[in-house]
Amino acid sequence: MNRKSIRLALGGVAAALFAAQLVHADPTPLQVREVLHRDFHARGQADMSRVDQDDVQWLCTVTHNHPSDKKAQELEAEQLAMIKYPADGKYIGNWKRGEKLASTGKGMTWKDKPGGTHGGGCYNCHQLAPAQLSYGTIGPSLAHYAQKRGSGVDAQKYVYAKLYDSKAFKLCSEMPRFGTSGSLSEQDIKDLVAYLLDPTSPVNK
Amino acid sequence: MFTIRGAAALGAAVLALSTATAFAQSASQERQEIKKYQRMTAENSPVDLWVLEGEDLWKKKRGPNDVSLERCDLGMGPGVTKGAYAHLPRYFKDTDRVQDLESRLVTCMTTLQGFTEKQATKRVFGNADKPSDMEYLAAYVASRSRGIRMQVSTKNPKEKASYELGRALFHYRAGTWDFSCASCHGTPGKRIRMQSLPVLSSKKGASGTYTTWPGYRVSNSQLKTMQWRINDCFRQQRFPEPNYGSDATVALTMYMAVNANGAIYRGPGTKR
Repeated sequence: MNRKSIRLALGGVAAALFAAQLVHADPTPLQVREVLHRDFHARGQADMSRVDQDDVQWLCTVTHNHPSDKKAQELEAEQLAMIKYPADGKYIGNWKRGEKLASTGKGMTWKDKPGGTHGGGCYNCHQLAPAQLSYGTIGPSLAHYAQKRGSGVDAQKYVYAKLYDSKAFKLCSEMPRFGTSGSLSEQDIKDLVAYLLDPTSPVNK
Repeated sequence: MFTIRGAAALGAAVLALSTATAFAQSASQERQEIKKYQRMTAENSPVDLWVLEGEDLWKKKRGPNDVSLERCDLGMGPGVTKGAYAHLPRYFKDTDRVQDLESRLVTCMTTLQGFTEKQATKRVFGNADKPSDMEYLAAYVASRSRGIRMQVSTKNPKEKASYELGRALFHYRAGTWDFSCASCHGTPGKRIRMQSLPVLSSKKGASGTYTTWPGYRVSNSQLKTMQWRINDCFRQQRFPEPNYGSDATVALTMYMAVNANGAIYRGPGTKR
């Protein structure tokens, strides 16, 4: 029995206690999950399992993104172990393709066809190429990233891993786990590494 | 419809122009441009066409029972629309649940007019060519609260539970991309691309935003309701789809509405 299923088993008990309670407190994540299963329906590729939390999502929910250092480090290590690095040992791809992936936020919604147009939606949250003025600010600016962080193999491997599973480095990061969640392929991630680190990429101009 | 689309095209042109010029200017000039754009779009907004159409629909005899919605109880007594939206969501004894405007309209369409729930919710989200009945009705009822202070109650235990569920839902991280509502609407001063994001957990953010929904969106020439807004946020969160008017969607509406309490309702508004 893994941690997810233990939590689910305990959830039944908690829900029964909750129903008997006269004094209200905010529902727990498991109670929220019950509500979501009742009040939402699967559509397209967005099936109902998506509302079930894994350990990372659960901990970041209950702590409002402020987990204890110990617990965070433990789960970050688990996430790090889930990263699959490229078998050919090459982390860097084509920045031009990476630019396309960075510019679109399509993919994985109930309207999107699996395998259709998709991307990382990077510009939704980050500044990247200084010439592109339409960028979001939820994440930090990544303009001139290679100049700031270097573009050697260590930097490439780090960026690959961060894109693959952001939670391995900062547990409650708002950035999706593009590799772990199956949203971007190995090649997609390589192309985004190139967009960030290739000296000829507009990000570094 | 010609008038609506004409006004929408004008709004879109103003948007494109003001966005383009804003890039070339300083931050304060940019703010001024945005204010000017907001004023212009509001002045040219076709929102009132939705309101008028909604009023006709409200008074029209429809459904198997061939009656209007003029006896619909939105919480202020049968037929009272004035101020109703500023007090919603609220607990309704007849259905024994907390309801927002849209789920309550469904109740009235089924109990008074005799539609089945399936008929009443068959087409709740319209498009630019053909808005939905719900969009017209929501615009009309909401307009009847213009200038009235938001005063949503949490006195009833079910209202309080709805608010608390809304708060918990707001912070619940899940889905393919690990997002909660708070991922985008929990930290001040953030934006997606060029779009500023209101902090809906705060009084300030909720007040500014909630009091202008339903809203006419210049970018796609449509008037959108709060149920649509929540639906499309969950789509972008990579969640499955919420059931229309479900307790979960009402709870999130409740959370935002209560956070906006005290603010003057100014909608239906005009959006980018």
